[in-house]
Amino acid sequence: MPAAGVVMIIAVLLIVLAVVYYLVSTIVALQRITKNLDDAITGVVGIIEKSAPVDDVVTSINTNLDAGVSLLEGLLVKKAGMEDAVGLVDGLYPGAAGDGFRDFPESKETKAPRISEVYTKGTLTLARLGREAPIAAASPNGPALRNPTYGSLAARGLYPEVRQTRPEAMPRSPVIGTDSPVQYEPSESPGVRKRMPVAAGVAGPPEPEATEGGVVKSGLAFLRRLKNDDR
Amino acid sequence: MTLEWIGDAVLLLVILPVVVYLLRGVLNAANSIVPSAQKIAMAATAGSKDLDATALLLTTQDQVKTTIEVAADYGGSLDVILDDA
Repeated sequence: MPAAGVVMIIAVLLIVLAVVYYLVSTIVALQRITKNLDDAITGVVGIIEKSAPVDDVVTSINTNLDAGVSLLEGLLVKKAGMEDAVGLVDGLYPGAAGDGFRDFPESKETKAPRISEVYTKGTLTLARLGREAPIAAASPNGPALRNPTYGSLAARGLYPEVRQTRPEAMPRSPVIGTDSPVQYEPSESPGVRKRMPVAAGVAGPPEPEATEGGVVKSGLAFLRRLKNDDR
Repeated sequence: MTLEWIGDAVLLLVILPVVVYLLRGVLNAANSIVPSAQKIAMAATAGSKDLDATALLLTTQDQVKTTIEVAADYGGSLDVILDDA
């Protein structure tokens, strides 16, 4: 056999060996890829199966929540009026008035009164519970409880009648001056009174008890009785 | 005879390197896909586990429905009790 033929056979053999080596390595890599893709497909199928009912469920939840929002918005606007309702929402969630109510497009143009700057949230809550609420018992059929112009005076109308008219039974602030009903004697030293003041027209202080040897008589009588009991 | 030697030279110096180069490229490409496929499989498995909680949406659905029904009942009562603005 000529040498050239031998070299050719060796060359072809080397080529075949290289092809076999690389193709086998490629096959192994592709098998690993196939296995991983099978795992991925299993996971994706699980995702598809588990997320299949999500659309219907979330749609149902949103529908119910939409109904709830419509209910609460409608009730709030009906009972409080558009302006106060917007002000109440803006007081609880500052800036929310700009978004307005979903079912009331005109609420976006309503200027929110500054309710939260006049009343606290608790007062508002009680007031909005209705005019039957104790804090609003003063004006069961009166006007709206919020007065943005005279807020501090209007707040007084929220409380029961007894605190508004200030009846005579309530203790009043002390009156000072020469014609005041309670007179105080000048004290020789600051902070020390000669005697407790009494109101005008009231009987004077009780007379001091008689003493015997510097001891009050009634006290001596008590000691004598006690001494006789010991005997 | 000379042509045979030329053929051998071409086979050893041209054909064999080209075949090795091409097959090595294919092998490298296949090997580079393996980690990506592994990451995809892990992500899909993790995503599937994360969706295990979707069954709780059914409970949420029932609770939302019940809550809205209760709120509607309260709203109806308040509508009767309270004066309109």
